Amino acid sequence: MELWQSFVELVHDLIPWFDGTVAAILIILVKAVALIMPLMLVVAYFTYAERKVIGYMQLRIGPNRVGPKGWLQPIADALKLMTKEIIFPTKANIYLFLLAPVLAIAPAIAVWAVIPFDEGIYVTNLDVSLLYVLAIGSIGVYGIILAGWASNSKYPLLGAIRSASLLVSYEIVIGFALVTVVMVADSVNLNVIVETQKGGIFNWYFIPLFPMMIVFFISALVETNRAPFDVVEGESEIVGGTHVEYSGMTFAVFFLAEYANMILMAVLAVVMFFGGWHSPFEGIPVMESIFGWVPGIIWLLAKTTFFMFLYLWVRATFPRFRYDQIMRLSWKVFLPLTIVWIFVVALMTQLNIGPWFS
Amino acid sequence: MLENYLPIVVFILLGIAFGVGPMLIGYLLGPSKPDDEKNSQFECGFPAFDDSRMYFNVRYYLVAILFILFDLEVAFVFPWAVVQSQLGWFGFIGMSIFLFLLVVGFIFEWKNGALEWE
Repeated sequence: MELWQSFVELVHDLIPWFDGTVAAILIILVKAVALIMPLMLVVAYFTYAERKVIGYMQLRIGPNRVGPKGWLQPIADALKLMTKEIIFPTKANIYLFLLAPVLAIAPAIAVWAVIPFDEGIYVTNLDVSLLYVLAIGSIGVYGIILAGWASNSKYPLLGAIRSASLLVSYEIVIGFALVTVVMVADSVNLNVIVETQKGGIFNWYFIPLFPMMIVFFISALVETNRAPFDVVEGESEIVGGTHVEYSGMTFAVFFLAEYANMILMAVLAVVMFFGGWHSPFEGIPVMESIFGWVPGIIWLLAKTTFFMFLYLWVRATFPRFRYDQIMRLSWKVFLPLTIVWIFVVALMTQLNIGPWFS
Repeated sequence: MLENYLPIVVFILLGIAFGVGPMLIGYLLGPSKPDDEKNSQFECGFPAFDDSRMYFNVRYYLVAILFILFDLEVAFVFPWAVVQSQLGWFGFIGMSIFLFLLVVGFIFEWKNGALEWE
């Protein structure tokens, strides 16, 4: 730290405007690049993994032409999208039309600032980081609504209305499900929430809060417009939902946002319910020493990868739900269940019922 | 304390840049040959009739109103959830009354069919 101070002063002597604030911003930018670049790479190869995994699940091979085993496929896709024409529909409100993709991706990237990857590895440590995630996450809805409205076309509007009420319904459910975690952890700081799950797999919150974990995961599928809840895109009913009028890079930005959100939801599930960076072998005599050298971030990424795989698995397995069924699931099943579970957790903490709630 | 929020400002700006940048690249690299057919709104093979900003079912609106109620509820429950283990029975009974009132409202909505989708 002192070394850094003297370095900043040294540069300050050479370049007058380079002072503490600029240096701080510079560090943030370096951290941001170190976070966002791998994220974008993961998004790109997640699309490849999706096509490959679903291909094998349907007894196909999946992409295998571009590069060895199709490894260059995402790059080819990106290049293709870059060189496609961006169509500006005559009837669209052009500024809103272009604002919508930005509103979709800005929150999807901004959320990552508070995610803890390992003990002490985060961009910033807010005391209200969970509230920040929920608040910023809900801005993403505006992107979809604006896209549907600004396109001034029938199918995007239908998709936007559907998606707005879906996202909104499941946001409540996600909120309540996460409230139970907060009640057990006594904090809304993601770092503290992970810290309280220390000491082995039995301290992870998915055991005492198992129903809430299921509710959270299903709601995450809906929030990210994934199959079997992808009525928003619903290509067999409304062509492509909100994305119908978008082409080239304007569409790619939506796509990036959607996949970044999926990865975020997977990380959030790990942080809230599956012990974040903690090793599953903590407290088990021999295994602990065998796996002691593995850094926490590897565990976090491994668990996240599992959840990302679960997204693909679910998509390959289940047929699409009907719209009214999804709405019924949120309002008549999940909402009562979560409210009841808040009571259960509150009662268990007041009565000191161990081992989790004491 | 406040400097913890500086990265968030930077990240939001970066997010906006990540939205604007690719679209700019696409605009510069891609061709631009607009014609009437291509720029018209999407429809299955015939010119679109009717205003595309049509009427939609009132239920969507109802869901939005219910959302405001319940999201406010979530916002109220969060601060309580952080300290509920220290509040003891006082906090438990207080939150029980609050949730009970909302559950009564919820049952009323359910009985009146606000949650039905036909």
